[in-house]
Amino acid sequence: MKTPKELYYQETHEWVKVDGDHAYIGISDFAQDELGEVVFIEMPEVEDQLSKDDEFATVESVKAASDLIAPISGVIIEINEDLEDSPELLNEDPYENWIVKIEIEDKSELEGLMDSDAYQKMTSE
Amino acid sequence: MAYDQLIFERSQRGRIGYSLPKSEIKEYPLDDALKRTQAPTLPEVSEFDVVRHFTNVSFKNHGIETGFYPLGSCTMKYNPKINQDLSNMEAFTSLHPYQPVETVQGVLEVLYETQKMLSRISGLDTYSLNPYAGAHGELVGLMIIRHYHASKKDFARKKIIVPNSAHGTNPASAATAGFDVVEVASNKDGTVNIESLKGVLNATTAGIMLTNPNTIGMFEKDIMEIATLVHEAGGLLYYDGANLNPIMGLARPGDMGFDIMHINLHKTFSTPHGGGGPGSGPVGVTRALKPFLPEPVIRKAGNHFFIDQKDENSIGRISHFYGNVGVVLKAYAFLRTNGKEHLSEIAKLSTLNANYVKESLKDTFKLPIDKYCKHEFVFDGLIDKSTGVTTYDISKRLLDYGIHPPTMYFPLLYKESMMIEPVENESKQTLDHFIKTMKIIAKEALSDPDMVKNAPHTTPVKRLDEVKAARDPKVKFKDLIA
Amino acid sequence: MFKYLPHTPEDIKAMLNTIGVKDINALYDDVPEALKGFDLDIPSSMSELELTSHFKSLAANNRPLKSFMGMGAYDHYTPSVIRHLIERQEFLTAYTPYQPEVSQGTLQYIFEYQSMICELTGMDVSNASMYDGATATAEAMYMAVNVGKKRKHILVSLTMNPVIVDVLRTYAYNQDIELEVIDSLGGVSDKEAIKDAMRHDTAAVITQTPNRYGLIEAYGDLGEACSANKTLFVINQDPSTLSHLKTPREQGADIAVGEAQSLGIPLSFGGPYIGYFATTNKLMRKMPGRICGVTKDKDGKRAFVLTLQAREQHIRREKANSNICSNQSLMALFVTIYLSIMGKEGLFEVQNTSKNHAHYLHDMLLKLPHFTDSFKKPFFKEFTLKTTLDVHQMNKVLSEEGYLGPFNQGDFNSNQDGLITFSVTEKRTKEEIDHFIDIMGAL
Repeated sequence: MKTPKELYYQETHEWVKVDGDHAYIGISDFAQDELGEVVFIEMPEVEDQLSKDDEFATVESVKAASDLIAPISGVIIEINEDLEDSPELLNEDPYENWIVKIEIEDKSELEGLMDSDAYQKMTSE
Repeated sequence: MAYDQLIFERSQRGRIGYSLPKSEIKEYPLDDALKRTQAPTLPEVSEFDVVRHFTNVSFKNHGIETGFYPLGSCTMKYNPKINQDLSNMEAFTSLHPYQPVETVQGVLEVLYETQKMLSRISGLDTYSLNPYAGAHGELVGLMIIRHYHASKKDFARKKIIVPNSAHGTNPASAATAGFDVVEVASNKDGTVNIESLKGVLNATTAGIMLTNPNTIGMFEKDIMEIATLVHEAGGLLYYDGANLNPIMGLARPGDMGFDIMHINLHKTFSTPHGGGGPGSGPVGVTRALKPFLPEPVIRKAGNHFFIDQKDENSIGRISHFYGNVGVVLKAYAFLRTNGKEHLSEIAKLSTLNANYVKESLKDTFKLPIDKYCKHEFVFDGLIDKSTGVTTYDISKRLLDYGIHPPTMYFPLLYKESMMIEPVENESKQTLDHFIKTMKIIAKEALSDPDMVKNAPHTTPVKRLDEVKAARDPKVKFKDLIA
Repeated sequence: MFKYLPHTPEDIKAMLNTIGVKDINALYDDVPEALKGFDLDIPSSMSELELTSHFKSLAANNRPLKSFMGMGAYDHYTPSVIRHLIERQEFLTAYTPYQPEVSQGTLQYIFEYQSMICELTGMDVSNASMYDGATATAEAMYMAVNVGKKRKHILVSLTMNPVIVDVLRTYAYNQDIELEVIDSLGGVSDKEAIKDAMRHDTAAVITQTPNRYGLIEAYGDLGEACSANKTLFVINQDPSTLSHLKTPREQGADIAVGEAQSLGIPLSFGGPYIGYFATTNKLMRKMPGRICGVTKDKDGKRAFVLTLQAREQHIRREKANSNICSNQSLMALFVTIYLSIMGKEGLFEVQNTSKNHAHYLHDMLLKLPHFTDSFKKPFFKEFTLKTTLDVHQMNKVLSEEGYLGPFNQGDFNSNQDGLITFSVTEKRTKEEIDHFIDIMGAL
């Protein structure tokens, strides 16, 4: 399983990539593998407010539908529209194909997240 | 080549399949503004076309009469033909639900007596036959729990406890009824862990949903203690009647301490599954909860039956009329045929069958709980998983042998769950054939795993592309010709 | 020995031997003694001959009447082939099509059913069925609340059959939904009042056409008003009337639901019937119930399969769109065969005849002194008149003559006593209708 070093992770398998005052959020390689082939993603809308620990999207495969939990808070400034037509991109590369881009509300929330080593350890148990 | 036409593909313009008497009454025109702009595209086929079409379509289905159907949790028993004949009598099928009660005493008697027999079998005071299916019965039962606590002004009770081995409808029904779901942990044998239960019981507990035996076929031997604990905490106990078959006539949920339950007439009482309904999920309650049963209510005064359309304390209406009456008629016929002499016999033989199959296959398939089960049990895939053959593969290979697979991947407790329920109608010969076939497939899994992984090979269609169906749903004929 | 149980004493002995116990009771050792040993007080077993006799005497206590009433259950003719086909064991006894390779029969008819419901209603997608029209309407209400996220206000027109409104109230309670009812205006939905009552948190507007009085409702720009407010527009419509009437789609519906008993299902004292549920492509994934789709198998052959199952209870559990599991599948087959037999021409003709018969009865009754039409609005095969006669007495006389008379709206609302609703179908001959009119004339 790929677990890029520069990202933050949480137990529910979302990752965060910080880019200045913005952050990209997506799902990990472990998550897409568990789900199987993704058939649909229900996404929030631009300008929606994301609060940490809220459900903000649902990723659906043939055998499961997973709610994604917000790792940090912020306002959504962009959603990845490619995923609407081609949800399978999440299986192909879950790190390249982010789901939402937000404006970070509180950088200190990142401290509660896992680094790649900790996440790697958790998923290998 | 298997038949492969949709009814629309058989259509030829101008063909008809109907016959109606010519009416002597004149035409009353309808205002154009009220009419639809285009006529619906319905088939244009002859009567014979229709019969040929649906007959050939039926050949692609495996029914209970086709072959062994050990689908755990579904109780796929023989659906007696006499029950079809009797429930089809015109004196029952031509009754409008609002006919004056004096003209429908026969059907009301059937409904009332069925309610009574279900009470006697289950040990609960009164039944409503209005719920249309098990999940519907669950919803009704949970609503009764909610109204009960509300009547006591106990509004903090928002949680329903559900074991992690429960059928998906249990938490779904709880959520629909407006409750939060709390899971309770199981012991290694799938029964409720008492310590875990004590940990989740408190003043916010509305109730617990259980089935007994549980979904792995294990009897909750601590059920009386569980009932005491839940009642002491102020909660009610709901019994999911899907697993009633092995305890009918031998033990009563009412005696175990359950306050409310539903029964699946299409499981325990032999009414046909119909490919997914119509079923029937009657709900029974203790005397204390009787006022909450849904409207309308069938009653008896002297020798006369009548219907109360409105009932003050009731949770309200959950069906337009009186439930799936045609289905209840079949269950009534089944109950009268078996009578008090044979219900407990059914229970015992269903348990005998399950234990026999379990013992005969436990050296080939992984048995997580090596104890006596009741009517069903679970294997966790093959013992020898070295070639990567899964429960999914084994199920698909069984289809090639004309056997419907057991329930796959339920309960969620085991990764390669395979739940087997060989009902009481199945003979030792049928079971031996199943055992032999399972052993053959286990051998094939080692000697020719690819063949098993690519099964089925002889069914009308092979493994399907379910991803394609979900990514790009085509859900009607127009989607195919677009 | 018993006919349904094949086990001989030898079989049982051999099986117990394999299991390693002396008798079957040992398999129940884990059941507390306190639970065992009760007397099962139900009647004794009956042979088939005795059972048939018994049912004949029960049948003798039923007196089927020739119906002049609808109110959700319509007496249409059932073509003979239907029972023969639905009772084929492959359809009748099969389980839910979770193993698609051996369930192509069930899946195909569900696909055909879905197609026909979409044709009738004009909607994009239909599910595989719901229990009945009333609960389907309740599920539409839940879907609207689910789609509307924070919206919990529902507007319901009181021109709907009050039984359906009762079911909505029961279901609304569970999820703290605020149900606001809007009174009728001259017997039909008060569109302006509904628009005025719409709030920022209104999840849905729910109406019915033809309504409780049989009157046809035209919604004008109500659909657009809902759309502008992000409120879903739910129309409950008897699907048999869609041979003629404007479709829910044409009237701007987001969800179309209703009772499909009128598509040839026998009256059956109220069930089994079947609720249909159809919606737009946009809302497909929010729809409750099973959906069948088309795909290919690995050899490239066309095949049918349950799809979008990730929304359902067996996967999503407490987050499912609905708790529904068993639906009314065999009744969906029933309706599919009915619509195949009747076809394009037949459905139109049978409903046209019903409409003509109802209008004939309406006009003839108005010639009698005791009946007036207070609504004077278009209707289809069901209509309502006001009478000064004692309705209870009227129906008693009619019953003695073998007829089921009109429904008294006074049974729903006491201030509507004397407002009576009739329905006539193709099954009532001119002779029967004329006889009925004679009886009414003599009252």
